[in-house]
Amino acid sequence: MPFGNTHNNYKLKFSAEDEYPDLSKHNNHMAKALTLDIYKKLRDKQTPSGFTLDDVIQTGVDNPGHPFIMTVGCVAGDEETYEVFKDLLDPVIQDRHGGYKPTDKHKTDLNFENLKGGDDLDPKYVLSSRVRTGRSIIGYTLPPHCSRGERRAIEKMSIEALSSLDGEFKGKYYPLKDMSDKEQQQLIDDHFLFDKPVSPLLLASGMGRDWPDARGIWHNDNKTFLVWVNEEDHLRVIAMEKGGNMKEVFRRFCVGLQKIEAVFKKHNHGFMWNEHLGYVLTCPSNLGTGLRGGVHVKLPNLSKHAKFEEVLNRLRLQKRGTGGVDTAAEGGVFDISNADRLGFSEVEQVQMVVDGVKLMIEMEKKLEKGGSIDDMVPAQK
Amino acid sequence: MASTFTRVLSRKKTVGILSLVGAGSLMTGYLINKDKVHASAQSSRRRYPASAEYPDLRKHNNCMASHLTPAIYAELIDKATPNGFTLDQCIQTGVDNPGHPFIKTVGMVAGDEESYQVFAELFNPVIKERHNGYDPQIMRHPTDLDASKIRSGVFDERYVLSSRVRTGRSIRGLALPPACTRAERREVERVVADALSGLKEDLLGRYYSLTEMTEKEQQQLIDDHFLFDKPVSPLLTCSGMARDWPDARGIWHNNEKTFLVWVNEEDHTRVISMEKGGNMKRVFERFCKGLKEVERLIKEKGWEFMWNERLGYVLTCPSNLGTGLRAGVHISLPRLSKDPRFPKILDNLRLQKRGTGGVDTAAVGSTFDISNLDRLGKSEVELVQTVIDGVNYLVECEKRLEKGQDIKIPPPLSQIK
Repeated sequence: MPFGNTHNNYKLKFSAEDEYPDLSKHNNHMAKALTLDIYKKLRDKQTPSGFTLDDVIQTGVDNPGHPFIMTVGCVAGDEETYEVFKDLLDPVIQDRHGGYKPTDKHKTDLNFENLKGGDDLDPKYVLSSRVRTGRSIIGYTLPPHCSRGERRAIEKMSIEALSSLDGEFKGKYYPLKDMSDKEQQQLIDDHFLFDKPVSPLLLASGMGRDWPDARGIWHNDNKTFLVWVNEEDHLRVIAMEKGGNMKEVFRRFCVGLQKIEAVFKKHNHGFMWNEHLGYVLTCPSNLGTGLRGGVHVKLPNLSKHAKFEEVLNRLRLQKRGTGGVDTAAEGGVFDISNADRLGFSEVEQVQMVVDGVKLMIEMEKKLEKGGSIDDMVPAQK
Repeated sequence: MASTFTRVLSRKKTVGILSLVGAGSLMTGYLINKDKVHASAQSSRRRYPASAEYPDLRKHNNCMASHLTPAIYAELIDKATPNGFTLDQCIQTGVDNPGHPFIKTVGMVAGDEESYQVFAELFNPVIKERHNGYDPQIMRHPTDLDASKIRSGVFDERYVLSSRVRTGRSIRGLALPPACTRAERREVERVVADALSGLKEDLLGRYYSLTEMTEKEQQQLIDDHFLFDKPVSPLLTCSGMARDWPDARGIWHNNEKTFLVWVNEEDHTRVISMEKGGNMKRVFERFCKGLKEVERLIKEKGWEFMWNERLGYVLTCPSNLGTGLRAGVHISLPRLSKDPRFPKILDNLRLQKRGTGGVDTAAVGSTFDISNLDRLGKSEVELVQTVIDGVNYLVECEKRLEKGQDIKIPPPLSQIK
């Protein structure tokens, strides 16, 4: 909830001890990293746009978390958040991203030609392939903090950039605000429509404000390239298709992203990026590539095998239900995607998905025939 | 602590610059001061003219949307209360919740006592609409907690199952739930729990903090229907009042379970007096006694309630200004409730019906929650008397219908003015 600029100064008249949140029942990355000393050090700071420490942590204070699932518990309100509040965010990032240090550098590689294979995933097992990421526009505050004017400017810029695309990327923008019932139903049927977030993890950060003002969905005529505007990030970019041709999906993803970025750069509004954190997004969990590349794949036998989790871990992959994060698998069909975001490039992450899924399908086939997969379990990547 | 003042963060210089670079263009919101600054009130946030920030209220049906013109928005947008609460924060809940075609919600909240003054240009017409023409600029609100003035007030228990009176109180000098910091909220808890621990005799009781209560205590409070939960209504959560839940929230009640105080829910305090049966007079007597005692106890420690002669008791939602009082009964009216004249009768008696689960619930069978419609412009004694007279009339109607006699719609009670 973005308070006025002077609210934080008013708060300083109370002691840090009196203001410090009660995190005794909390289990999220923010609660693990925040100490009274860090709170004292950072509480009088603000980013140039006025985002404060309490703004960063509010969602983590309001959502204690789950004994099994470790949520992040903090968000950025602008690009500078990651710098001004690094004393809190560096340990959060390190914990969340497998030991990524404040001095580490992140590699960006959107050269789809560097991907080996990926066009031969068995369609009897792989039902669909998808790659998504997010992008933030330099100079604009992020969804937890932006004003209506800013959000509308982001939408306007995005529409201009997207409507300049042609060829396979030619498409149309559907603003959430003025959508007709017919358009809405079509988008639902295509599984494209995103709804006002209901998760308290998101709402508590303030990113649901003014819904549905300046939110919308753009997709190309082929329905294989999709952009969400002003949901959890400025832009979420998604390439997808039925079947197992991840190579083609990744190609479209990279080409589309680069075309969009070129248009934004032309207007002096590039994407937020730096060599330490890669692409800067609202949630620290999406730093780096912000990329989740995955497939819906049938693994009824492998998923029941005792070593399934171990295999996934070693391949640096994660499983989700086919409804996305926090859903259950149905009928042995899983959403399998890369676990990493920061510290590996886009090509590296998609390569892990391609290689890993290929291997798991081999394992599935072996199990179907009643064989053992013990000698197929890979080494830790 | 009683002084109120407005600190206007004027951006006159900035507005001048914006008009030079073409304030109508959305893409060129002017960036002031790109340098990183610490602990400064200056912001380098991209600034847009008020017209670019004005919310889209075309699909909205709430009091705020009815009265927030672009001109008022532009006038108030750069202002802030002394603790930094802004217009956008006041109206956020109304922007996020367009409302319902049939139910007109208020759509705005106060973050502190000064909100009502700093943003008076918007609050006043909203108050006027919500409270039947009450004009805070020229009228005065009467406060009267002398329960001895009540006439009658003991109902036939064949019809009236329970009686209840509730209100809210805010502690002057501490910000309200949408705006308060954690320290302020904890201070509210400390001040109120401290005062309540000084109550004696039939009011002697205990405080249960939401963070520290045991499973057993929690279950008992649920069984007694005393426990309040983290709000789920977006009307409330969008205003920011659920932040840091359940820190500094709690419930106090007397041993007899007839006097109950909620701490830091939608207001600093909600005070409830209730009993099974129809003795509204006694419920109101306890209500007044308890309120006055708590006020005396906080005054001993140098605190006081937010109150002024224009708005009466100051609470978070403008709908609760004045008395903040809802006095009501759970009443069984099987015949009257089916009579087509029922709504008109209630209306003329200045009463409203709700389901027995409270606001926004449906009635079970033919048992209703009947309470006063008004909050501001009439005193506590006047409103409770209105409820008592009204309920007496309803019971009379029900009895007449039982005997096959006809009933009459009563003449409308005078509204304010």
